[in-house]
Amino acid sequence: MQPLELSAVDLVAAIRQGDITAVQVAEKFLDRIDKLNGPINAFLNVDRDRALARAADIDARRKAGKPIGPLAGLPVAVKDALCTADQPTTCASKMLAGFRPPYDAEVVSRLRQADAVIVGKTNMDEFAMGGSNENSAFGPVKNPWDFTRAPGGSSGGSAACVAADMATIAIGSDTGGSIRQPAGLCGITGLKPTYGRVSRRGLVAFASSLDQIGPMTRSAADSALVMETIAGHDRGDATSLADAVPRYTSMLEQPLTGLRIGRVAEHFGAGLDPEVARGVEEAFAAFKAAGATIHDVKLPHAKYGIATYYLVAPCEASSNLARYDGAHYGHRAEPGKGHRAEPGKGHRAETTRGQRAEPTSEFESPLVEMYCRSRAEGFGPEVKRRIMLGTYALSSGYYDAYYAKALRVRRLIRQDYIDAFQSVDLIGGPVSPTPAFPLGEKTNDPLAMYLVDMYTVGTNLAGIGGISFPCGFTRGGLPIGFQLQGPALSEPLLLRAVDRYQQLTDWHLRRPKLPA
Amino acid sequence: MTTQPTAAEPFTTIIGLEVHVQLQTKTKLFCGCSTTFGAAPNTQVCPTCLGLPGSLPVMNRHAFDLAVRAALALDCTIAPFTKWDRKNYFYPDLPKGYQISQYDLPFSSDGRLEVIDPKGALWRDVRIIRVHLEEDAGKSMHDEAAGTADTRIDLNRAGTPLCEIVTQPDLRSPQESRAWLNELKLLLAYLGVSDCNMQEGSLRVDANVNLHIPLAGEGGADGRLAKTPIVEIKNMNSFRSVERALVYEAARQWEEWQATKAEMGNTPKQTRGWDDAAGVTRAQRHKEESSDYRYFPEPDLVPVTVSEADIAKARAAMGDPPTVLRKALAEKWRIPAYDADVLVNQGRDLVDYFEDLATRVGEGKVASNWMQQDVLRTLNERGGTIGEFPVRPEAVADIIGRVTKGDFDTSRGREIFAEVLASGRPVADVVASMGIAAVSDDDLVSLCKELLAANPKIVADVQGGKEQAAAGLIGQARKKNPNVNPGKFRQMCLDLIRGM
Repeated sequence: MQPLELSAVDLVAAIRQGDITAVQVAEKFLDRIDKLNGPINAFLNVDRDRALARAADIDARRKAGKPIGPLAGLPVAVKDALCTADQPTTCASKMLAGFRPPYDAEVVSRLRQADAVIVGKTNMDEFAMGGSNENSAFGPVKNPWDFTRAPGGSSGGSAACVAADMATIAIGSDTGGSIRQPAGLCGITGLKPTYGRVSRRGLVAFASSLDQIGPMTRSAADSALVMETIAGHDRGDATSLADAVPRYTSMLEQPLTGLRIGRVAEHFGAGLDPEVARGVEEAFAAFKAAGATIHDVKLPHAKYGIATYYLVAPCEASSNLARYDGAHYGHRAEPGKGHRAEPGKGHRAETTRGQRAEPTSEFESPLVEMYCRSRAEGFGPEVKRRIMLGTYALSSGYYDAYYAKALRVRRLIRQDYIDAFQSVDLIGGPVSPTPAFPLGEKTNDPLAMYLVDMYTVGTNLAGIGGISFPCGFTRGGLPIGFQLQGPALSEPLLLRAVDRYQQLTDWHLRRPKLPA
Repeated sequence: MTTQPTAAEPFTTIIGLEVHVQLQTKTKLFCGCSTTFGAAPNTQVCPTCLGLPGSLPVMNRHAFDLAVRAALALDCTIAPFTKWDRKNYFYPDLPKGYQISQYDLPFSSDGRLEVIDPKGALWRDVRIIRVHLEEDAGKSMHDEAAGTADTRIDLNRAGTPLCEIVTQPDLRSPQESRAWLNELKLLLAYLGVSDCNMQEGSLRVDANVNLHIPLAGEGGADGRLAKTPIVEIKNMNSFRSVERALVYEAARQWEEWQATKAEMGNTPKQTRGWDDAAGVTRAQRHKEESSDYRYFPEPDLVPVTVSEADIAKARAAMGDPPTVLRKALAEKWRIPAYDADVLVNQGRDLVDYFEDLATRVGEGKVASNWMQQDVLRTLNERGGTIGEFPVRPEAVADIIGRVTKGDFDTSRGREIFAEVLASGRPVADVVASMGIAAVSDDDLVSLCKELLAANPKIVADVQGGKEQAAAGLIGQARKKNPNVNPGKFRQMCLDLIRGM
């Protein structure tokens, strides 16, 4: 029995039947992490002892004939944006280095309740802001397919650890593509559920109206299994949906005959890598062969998606991240240092005669100094950039021109999808314009980095569901991702469509060549 | 109350109030933590009110319903759809870096609350711009005594539901502002919406004030009005300090006007803090962040809809507000408006006490007299609430009943009331132990005869037609027997004299 490569569905069944113990499984994965996490840097924290203890408890209960949960023994990696009471939660930020929340995120509680074994917390772009995982305060994640390339982001660690068999499944979060894009670049399956389908309680907020937690797995069937545990109403999240949770795993098998998939012509315009275009077109052909029909649809406002997203998300982020001020928890600057501006730096007071006076404090009070310096030291450059963008766009005098207008365009984008779903069941296309790009390629060009989200942000702005999965490889051996978007609560259909595709293809079974 | 400019005060004072009232809920507005006052610092907190990463707010519908009740009693229009907004600013007792409040769509607006003057006439009809709901911040305690200038933060209060009530600048004097606040406090207490305890911070007042000064030189009474710059006064911790601060501020603005002639518009709105000990307002440092709160809709909460049924439910839970109750009480028990006002102003529990008493006595005015002269007077002397008052309505009714029956007179009844209050013993016991027993007719006749014999002048006067002369006998009779019923004694004397 080689548990590393088994699907979650098969691994859970094997443990349940006693073909392998949860402890054996955990040991295999923890050893793999020991070996590979050095170069890949997918995990920020690995909790070997707790994972083994947890696995031993599951084995003991199984042997005693006591009930075990639906994910019993399954090694799960959790993005470091989800609170865990027994492990640090840092959001890959110096601001929260070593921070231990006093509570578990709702999704983490549900995973524990289902007897999943949480092996560790995964690396990410700081506060989930980024598309390459290079914005981590604790170093970038390497793409398991090519260590010189980015895994995508922000859930880069979650994508990489599943692709490199360091966990069977991972939990990510997606604000503008942060599950789907790294899943696409790492050759795995990632689902961004409908907004409100999975509780956000305990997910460290980036942009509250866009954030959504979802599974990152090797296949749609595995995502369906995870969704049955993590989806559902939470009274502790006012934006959580009350709709009953379907049995996703039992809804996969119906053939795709008659399924109408939309294709947006603009998705194949400038900026799309030709190899990605080829892979995506082949996937359309495969869906057609499986009985689906392909239709042209229009999303007239999609071209404003990036502009809209990069107003809405930073505005909310500027407020959500205000709490990291050094007063109550997290990084606090040492007092005193730098309170007086160095000569030649900072502000100087003017005397009434216009002569320069002695340099005075750069800050209006010790409190403001603590705020400014704690935040200056604790946040990385991309987080600061977005806080400044959002603060500016919400400021009086700019609010109407930026934030209010972005909200209006957001409504138009949402309406585009509603209109499009009148004539098709799902919309297909590329996940991102290129395959995994070299580390460092876009770090000095924020705008180029923002454009990697161009196909994914619409799903979040509209609050609907989206899934990405591998549909081929470039000549250089990099995965190509395909994205399907569906109406609100269309997860059963999204998962079924991808599962049917994965029954006919084996892209999702390919593995990067890594040391055994 | 005149509010026209006079020679002594050649201006009109224009006042608007902003009142923050803590709602009386068991739990906070967006989490399940207790709101009980006085617990050890930071013991009534959870991830949500601490603003920890990943925590989310969930609205306490009971708090919202209470706020709707208050707004309805203030005659406000309730919005069918309302939402929450974030008010962003940095302060250590605001752990999220923003306060969840309501900005452009408050749940209610356009209300009014009248204040009546001490004689029962309408003093001022004060329009209310809006009432909205928000969460309270924590408390900062500046520990300057320790010499370290450390600030300690207690977040027990953070997230407590707070109603903000904003009036139009309709008030015209410090005195009526105080009276209006008293009326508001009374109303909110009657509604069960807030205990309005200023010491515990459950009611806080800011006042906006400026002067309108007729410029005589530019056409006399028809001339232009000069308006002094608006000043917002903060840090007033009692209604009395609101009144004092406003009196001070009006005088200060008048002096400043005479010196500078500075008018509204030339200068930005100033914030001044009230120093109660010194009796002055002082300019507060302009806070940069106060200029732009970057309000935007709170994405963690869903908008709130209020149905007609919700409003009907809130109305049903409202009970009679003081204005209605004063009229109702006066009519039902046939008591003067003044009496009803005094009773109602003491709060719902005292009105209940009165109605219990009046029902037992069967006569409103007598019950009201006893309330005003005995119950309220001693309650004020003792302190405490009417609920804790040891002499219950049944005991007072017992005493009044014995007076009516003629067992003893009212002044003797008062002594019994005082003794019941002091000893805590039942009325019957006190009556017995004070040797009070009904004086028999035989005893009364012999006492009359004895005193008539001893006072021939009085007898002659009465016979001469001056019946009031008989009163001189009553004092003597009570000296001989304190239990004598004066009315009965007097009548018997008159009867005996006529029979002579």
